[in-house]
Amino acid sequence: MAHITFTLNGKSVSADVSDNTLLVDFIREDMGLTGTHVGCDTSQCGACVVHVDGSSLKSCTMLAVQADGCEITTIEGIASAEGLHPMQEAFHDNHGLQCGFCTPGMIMSAIDFISKNKQASDVEIREALEGNICRCTGYHNIVKSVQAAAQKM
Amino acid sequence: MYETSYVKASSTEEAVTALSSADDGKLLAGGMTLIPTMKQRLAAPDQLVDLSGCGLSGIEDNGGAVRIGAMTTHADVASSEIVRNGIAALSVLAARIGDRQVRNRGTIGGSVANNDPSACYPSAVLALGGTIHTSQRDIPAEEFFVGMFETALEEDEVITGISLPKPVASGYVKFPNPASRYAMVGVFVARFERDVRVAVTGAGDDGVFRCEEIETALASDFSADALEGITLSSEGLMSDIHASSDYRARLVVEMARRSVSACL
Repeated sequence: MAHITFTLNGKSVSADVSDNTLLVDFIREDMGLTGTHVGCDTSQCGACVVHVDGSSLKSCTMLAVQADGCEITTIEGIASAEGLHPMQEAFHDNHGLQCGFCTPGMIMSAIDFISKNKQASDVEIREALEGNICRCTGYHNIVKSVQAAAQKM
Repeated sequence: MYETSYVKASSTEEAVTALSSADDGKLLAGGMTLIPTMKQRLAAPDQLVDLSGCGLSGIEDNGGAVRIGAMTTHADVASSEIVRNGIAALSVLAARIGDRQVRNRGTIGGSVANNDPSACYPSAVLALGGTIHTSQRDIPAEEFFVGMFETALEEDEVITGISLPKPVASGYVKFPNPASRYAMVGVFVARFERDVRVAVTGAGDDGVFRCEEIETALASDFSADALEGITLSSEGLMSDIHASSDYRARLVVEMARRSVSACL
């Protein structure tokens, strides 16, 4: 057991966690934020991507105890009082969701990438989303969504 | 995941102490291999020693060599000016490991210590004739990579950094597995004033190795054409669901040709 304190979607959180608890399980089960998904359990699908200290990471491949002192943002933390994040809006407008399961990870990866590469090309966006797998396999509208959001971010 | 105990070391000495006092301790660097392995219950260390608080990340230009701290992430290596100017192919290599999220977390020290037979970094370290700095000593690359997932590291030895001599030119091209992006074959070519060194990953039964036939051909004529007609023996090469050893032997020559072209 360890006692950890970190910032989750702008709020300070303190909790006791087992040393072998994955960050994604802590976020979903202890914090009740089920927007972060578990798609594969083998660290490949990217449905669990969150931001840790400003970088996109797979929360299924990090221990909760490692998040001590970090700033974490999940899909629940990106919209503002005014409405959806431009990336969420763009997925909505361009039918980038499809079944929706991979969407939280796609959006978190895409925000991290576009915020650091505003002029990204189609190919670069596809490469940047390599760690996010969509089983509907409809990447076309996802890439279109990310391109649209890049104009507004 | 089985139960384990976690400690974050605040110095290399502390990490060594924590590791040596555990029954079955494991160092946790980026965790990009260790954590998935633990999730699958293929590894069950009773003690994890996190190295992220030991101050082991950073990239320095030492004139003739680039020194990279063990905990430096692939993303940081890929975006480093020092690396790009000193060892161009290392930037390319780091930028194509796994995916963005893996590169944000995975480290050079972790990759080298794991010595996965399909990992990219070991080929760079061996081709460049690098030195692995540890809590105890400096180990030349030639002596470091012992076999598949095996290195010269002692049980309680911690990698602190890796020094890589700057070549005149370098190239790295891999034939990635389409699903995992691990190298089915990856070839790192390093051209120095005095010689040419070529290391191959993803192909050898015993992990990374230097390829003498290709080195000899390139020493007299550093061009992709110099490799025309070279046929490597498939003996000692891996054969698996992804590629037979014969196919890998052909891939080694082809990837070497592309790496040489990338050098020029």
